[in-house]
Amino acid sequence: MAYTTENNQSGQMAKAIKEGIFAGLIAFGMFLLFVGIETYQDINNQLVWRTRWGLLAVFVAVAAIGRFVTVGFIKPHLDSRKLAKAKSGVLEISDEKGFFRTHFLKIALIFLLCYPFLAMLIFGRQGSLKYVDNFGIQILIYVMLAWGLNIVVGLAGLLDLGYVAFYAVGAYSYALLSAHFGFSFWLLLPMAGILAALWGIILGFPVLRLRGDYLAIVTLAFGEIIRLVLINWTDVTRGTFGISGIEKATFFGIWSFDAGTPNNFAKAWGLPTSSVYYKMFLFYIILALCMLTAYVTIRLRRMPIGRAWEALREDEIACRSLGINTVTTKLTAFATGAMFGGFAGSFFAARQGFVSPESFVFLESAVILAIVVLGGMGSLTGIAIAAVVMVGGTELLREMEFLKHVFGPDFTPELYRMLLFGLAMIIVMLFKPRGFVGTREPTAFLKERKAVSGSFTKEGHG
Amino acid sequence: MEYFIQQLINGLTLGSIYGLVAIGYTMVYGIIGMINFAHGDIFMLGGFAALIIFLILTSFFAGIPVALLLLLMLLVGMLMTGLWNWTIERVAYRPLRGSFRLAPLITAIGMSIALSNFIQVTQGPRNKPIPPLVTDTYHLGAITISLKQILIVVITSILLFAFWYIVNKTPLGRAQRATEQDRKMAALLGVDVDKTISITFIMGAALAAVAGAMYLMYYGVASFNDGFIPGVKAFTAAVLGGIGSLPGAVLGGLLIGLIESLWSAYFSIAYKDVATFAILAIVLIFKPTGILGRPEVEKV
Repeated sequence: MAYTTENNQSGQMAKAIKEGIFAGLIAFGMFLLFVGIETYQDINNQLVWRTRWGLLAVFVAVAAIGRFVTVGFIKPHLDSRKLAKAKSGVLEISDEKGFFRTHFLKIALIFLLCYPFLAMLIFGRQGSLKYVDNFGIQILIYVMLAWGLNIVVGLAGLLDLGYVAFYAVGAYSYALLSAHFGFSFWLLLPMAGILAALWGIILGFPVLRLRGDYLAIVTLAFGEIIRLVLINWTDVTRGTFGISGIEKATFFGIWSFDAGTPNNFAKAWGLPTSSVYYKMFLFYIILALCMLTAYVTIRLRRMPIGRAWEALREDEIACRSLGINTVTTKLTAFATGAMFGGFAGSFFAARQGFVSPESFVFLESAVILAIVVLGGMGSLTGIAIAAVVMVGGTELLREMEFLKHVFGPDFTPELYRMLLFGLAMIIVMLFKPRGFVGTREPTAFLKERKAVSGSFTKEGHG
Repeated sequence: MEYFIQQLINGLTLGSIYGLVAIGYTMVYGIIGMINFAHGDIFMLGGFAALIIFLILTSFFAGIPVALLLLLMLLVGMLMTGLWNWTIERVAYRPLRGSFRLAPLITAIGMSIALSNFIQVTQGPRNKPIPPLVTDTYHLGAITISLKQILIVVITSILLFAFWYIVNKTPLGRAQRATEQDRKMAALLGVDVDKTISITFIMGAALAAVAGAMYLMYYGVASFNDGFIPGVKAFTAAVLGGIGSLPGAVLGGLLIGLIESLWSAYFSIAYKDVATFAILAIVLIFKPTGILGRPEVEKV
């Protein structure tokens, strides 16, 4: 017995070394041109090159050692743990949940409600700006967008790669209508939602017959069309310059956040002047909008239309044979999802005070879709967690000043932001293909919730 | 009339490039049913490989013949992107095979973001211009044809023929078609499915590299975000022609190239991409599976 395990281990080592060398060779081939050689323009603006063997060696070494450690140590360890678990015969699904897990939502909500004040207490009035704006508002915008897209992708199962189009419609309708007609934020917020929903229906009509990936490319095309029109229709949208000086949101018309106005919020309350009040106010608006999205989604899931969406996601043919009108089901999904995108868009315009087509590129759609899928499609909590991790993580990277001490003063973490974002998407997906909250629980159930068979199998075809 | 023919030629050149990239999309889609979003960036990597090889060779051998230079650029580019795509498939797509449909799509999008940013970080964000390689032009009346246009169309035609031959006449092609039709059954009948899929990725990448090198030769500039727009257009071409169909991909590519050049010639350059996408939407309304795509019959 002892002999065989020893033999196994040495075999494992030999395999690990072999795999490591192989990975190193592959990495050498892959990075030889792109890392080993740097192209740059010299003083005469001529393209020239120089070698970077040191960096190449680092890449190759990381690949080889990484592969060696994975095959030699991590994988056997994981396998043995899995084996032990399988032998013990205890299923991972248990009803026992800790205090934190059962009350997670309440805790999260209370934390969010206190968050701006906490930030102000800890970091002071100006110091908290960054935390309320860059982290709080930014993440919540993505939470809202992802929850909106979740209705289309997660519930109705329609793969939409051009969701950012509705975000753009919302943002531009606020920017243009407020500039030309002087309407207020509170009037334009619902209007932007309605306009976006209308666009959802308009774009939804031609794609009703399309399935899966055909749908994906057409929605992508629509997203690009909207962006290209925004760029090129310069008379209205001012093209790539964008629209600036968009009016701020007011406290329901009672107080304004513009400095110098008689009903300025800070002046009315006798507070020192600071832009942080506006940011805090925006934080609560987007929090309320998120809650609205969540509430509507949860309620709709229990209504016939929500059930129809989920039925459509599971099987379109069965759905149709049961007499569900797939046309209206799909269109309502598109319209509802688009409406929340429109809300988020008009909020975005009010927050930035500036919109340009730059903000509505395909990458945004991809990020939102990634958050929906990484969160575990259909799970609101999972999506919120994914948004915090992905958006918060990349925002955090902007803050990493200490990395400059490690890699030298030329190091700008900003550059690596999207590279790491892309890699994170891949890694999360590889380890958690069903997303952060990956169990799919039935919406409709008899008497008590039971785990569906899908939770037991590792992977199904959904 | 001459103007029209001139635009037709320009459109065909552009369409050939799109067609080559589209084949990569369509083959991968056909064989494992996923949209390989990173394919556009593989195209970009091919362009960069060609650019770097060009710089190295011209700095060492100043008087190198252009034909040899081009050939080496193409070959190294093909090797390079083949290796990349093989690794990408191994690392990012294979573990998720058999998972739910959106999982590999998300890793592909992540891979696309990572690749373009990788090049941005390692090679810098600026556009990289190279001196023109092939400058000869021919005049037929009022029509001007440049040698590079002829080269692009000829190389594309040769590759397409070679490709058609591989897929239709060789054991490898048979294995590919078998895997495409029924992966499990093909495996039971002794087809090495993993290897076939890997080879498909390598072949797709090689074509994309050729397209990338020719794109570089045609426009004389490479940039890290070159992958996105041509990638999306090639994907549009694949869908327009009917995704999964090889002749469809080529047809779609040529159509997109023609639409683009004719629209910019007669209507407006600004809206050429809008026209492309709008025509895609219109075609799909009437033929939901593309021009040459097989109608999807779903068994219940």
